[in-house]
Amino acid sequence: MEYVIEMLGIRKEFGSFVANNNITLQLKKGEIHALLGENGAGKSTLMNVLFGLYQPEAGEIKVHGKSVKITDPNVANELGIGMVHQHFMLVENFTVTENIVLGNEPTKGGTVNIKEAAKNIKALSEKYGLDVDPYAKIEDISVGMQQRVEILKTLYRGAEILIFDEPTASLTPQEIKELIEIMKRLISEGKSIILITHKLNEIMEVSDRVTIIRKGEGIGTVVTAETNPDQLAELMVGRQVEFKTEKTVANPKDEALNIENLVVLDYRGIEKVKNLNLTVRKGEIVGIAGIDGNGQSELIEAITGLRKVKSGRVTLNGQDVTNKKPRQITESGIGHIPQDRHKHGLVLDFTIGHNIALQTYYKEPISKFGIIDYKKISNKAKQIIEEFDVRTGHGETTLARALSGGNQQKAIIGREVDRDPDLLIAALPTRGLDVGAIEFIHRRLIEQRDKGKAVLLISFELDEVMNVSDRIAVIYDGQIVDTLNANETTEQELGLLMAGQSKSKAAMKGDE
Amino acid sequence: MSNRAINILVPIISVILGLIVGAIVMVVTGYDPIKGYTALWNGIFGDIYTIGETIRQITPYILAGLAVAFAFRTGLFNIGVEGQLIMGWAAAVYVGFAVEGLPKLIHLPLALLAAAAAGAFWAFIAGYLKARFSIHEVIVTIMLNYTALHIANALIKSWSGKERTENILPTASLGSTWLEEITEYSRLHWGIVIAIIMVFIMWFILERTTLGFELKAVGFNKNAAEYAGMSVKKNIILAMTISGVFAGLAGAMEALGTFGYMAIRSGFTGIGFDGIAVALLGANTPLGVVFGASLFGALKFGATNMPNAANIPLEIVSIIIALIIFFVASGYVIRIALEKFGKKKEGN
Repeated sequence: MEYVIEMLGIRKEFGSFVANNNITLQLKKGEIHALLGENGAGKSTLMNVLFGLYQPEAGEIKVHGKSVKITDPNVANELGIGMVHQHFMLVENFTVTENIVLGNEPTKGGTVNIKEAAKNIKALSEKYGLDVDPYAKIEDISVGMQQRVEILKTLYRGAEILIFDEPTASLTPQEIKELIEIMKRLISEGKSIILITHKLNEIMEVSDRVTIIRKGEGIGTVVTAETNPDQLAELMVGRQVEFKTEKTVANPKDEALNIENLVVLDYRGIEKVKNLNLTVRKGEIVGIAGIDGNGQSELIEAITGLRKVKSGRVTLNGQDVTNKKPRQITESGIGHIPQDRHKHGLVLDFTIGHNIALQTYYKEPISKFGIIDYKKISNKAKQIIEEFDVRTGHGETTLARALSGGNQQKAIIGREVDRDPDLLIAALPTRGLDVGAIEFIHRRLIEQRDKGKAVLLISFELDEVMNVSDRIAVIYDGQIVDTLNANETTEQELGLLMAGQSKSKAAMKGDE
Repeated sequence: MSNRAINILVPIISVILGLIVGAIVMVVTGYDPIKGYTALWNGIFGDIYTIGETIRQITPYILAGLAVAFAFRTGLFNIGVEGQLIMGWAAAVYVGFAVEGLPKLIHLPLALLAAAAAGAFWAFIAGYLKARFSIHEVIVTIMLNYTALHIANALIKSWSGKERTENILPTASLGSTWLEEITEYSRLHWGIVIAIIMVFIMWFILERTTLGFELKAVGFNKNAAEYAGMSVKKNIILAMTISGVFAGLAGAMEALGTFGYMAIRSGFTGIGFDGIAVALLGANTPLGVVFGASLFGALKFGATNMPNAANIPLEIVSIIIALIIFFVASGYVIRIALEKFGKKKEGN
């Protein structure tokens, strides 16, 4: 069998830390080869070795059977290796064509020949089924479209081997479907693909073989058709993983949160939440299902006091908290796991210990008469780090910036849950996390519910909403269009409601 | 090369490089670098008198450096320390000569308080405008520097009708016959004690109080601070105002310590602007500011001996001092060079 790329026994160290140890990955021509591992397992390190950004301490790389030394990304490019980055490397106010030719511009009499380039790109995009407008500006096109531009960039440079780094992380379900089609098309045109991911269902759907790495060690390679998600998860995490978190039937009690006729404007003054009504009771998890941009962010910000309410009422435990200050709302019993952990959830330049104290630093027992007892912050942080399994380099004195996303999120959840709020708002709590961390977080949410607390979950992932919630409220265009019992609905029904179909139509289609 | 070795080597190499380039400048312009540097050394440490004078010079630099560093640590750039210092100077002098009949125990603290309040108010204006209308503090503080300069000049004129105010009353003076005597009658005054106390106060606010916790959080990430229930606006105003207290006290050092009066100025004192460099040299930490201010103050004062003792014109002296500070400030580049050098050696 001919391999287009072989990475044999790769080892990469950073000081005393071994990021990759004895990892072997062999890519056959024309296959989609998944690289699976938890956050921080060493997937990106391995690919950066292949792309020439890091030099390995041991091991060999072969391209088409010949041993090569990839000293920098230009060498990788010449060898036909192209990388589609997770965070796109695009110039926002350039056009699609300008971005693709950047650094490699065709010239005519000393000026860039954009027309010629655009024609080539058009041809290329048609060949591979990558629908883009060569003259559109990056800032005007969707995330899925921007990703196609990234793919075209590699193809334009003659890539034969494409590395996709977590390509579905920021895509909508529809865009994911389209991406999978594109990947299949690329294969049929003779390309080979390495797919970095920790999403098991995508691996099962699209890949031919899977190489698994765990904590930097190469675990092995399996043929996708001969495995199943349970086995893959176990190989990745090193223990059995529950996908569907076990939970008992909810036992809802008094109203915790009540929202009446809520109207909220976004920063441009456009109405994003329109006469919204919602109730969350103690002892239940209400999931808000919806496509990004249907007013979810504005709704949470309005509940938590970060955004002004234009009209309507928010009551918490029967107490009116409409347009109260964030601290007053927090103190009346809300815990909030924010949507964007870097923007709102953490002060990245503070230590993780100080971040854990972010909501309690001003109160006894941590401080008295305005003077903080940092020893108490330390102790509290140690307790939460232990209890929530936050993995840090130097304990509570580690800078928040230095933690992986999953561990940052665990610290935030620890901080919020530890205050024992009557209502816990969890906005996209598992975004970008691996199955182990997701399982942990879901269990914590259900635990809160079982303790008789109310939980409001906002997520763009249908699986998550359906698994964790007791009731599901579907948000569309700033309104809750329907509220369903989680065990009485289907993905199809939710999907249609999320797309703005009315209930009767959704029910009819759901029956088909 | 270990990290510790690099940490020690960087400042040493920086100073040596600065001295070498300074020497080259002297040679090229036809002066004797050995004579020049001997004069500089003697100007700083030559005898007990110059040491006293050096410490006196360092004092306002410490306070100006603290003012800039405090603002930096809370996410603000207070370029208006100069103006706040001038206002503090004017306020201290006024209380110093105009309020009569008080015992020293009340008069001196009152004069210091007046300086702190004047500096705080001048900085508050910039903080309020930033919090309320999002006007950038750099623009406002630069303009307030000019405003302060000319207001102070006008005040001096109206108080005295002359080019300078009366001298402050002895009850408001930081001067100390004891300090003067042990330093062979330098102008060393109690201000250095106040500066050191303020170093401690800055450390205490930032590292021990809820106020400091909030100020730093707002400085690093406004969104997270707001999420955690802190008032971003209140904290911006407070940060600027506290920064102004330090600056105002720097003015009090000149008013109640070194000079004892205020004269009409055609331009800025420069201490406020040098405070920016002092803060950066000290990496914006309270203790670092003391070292930064010591370097600045010592070089500035010691250099005044170079024209007398080595016949080097003041202009060349300024260039040499600037070069030394430049190399210390570019310690980062030296650090990278050292690390690269260390790596290459390991590689071989």
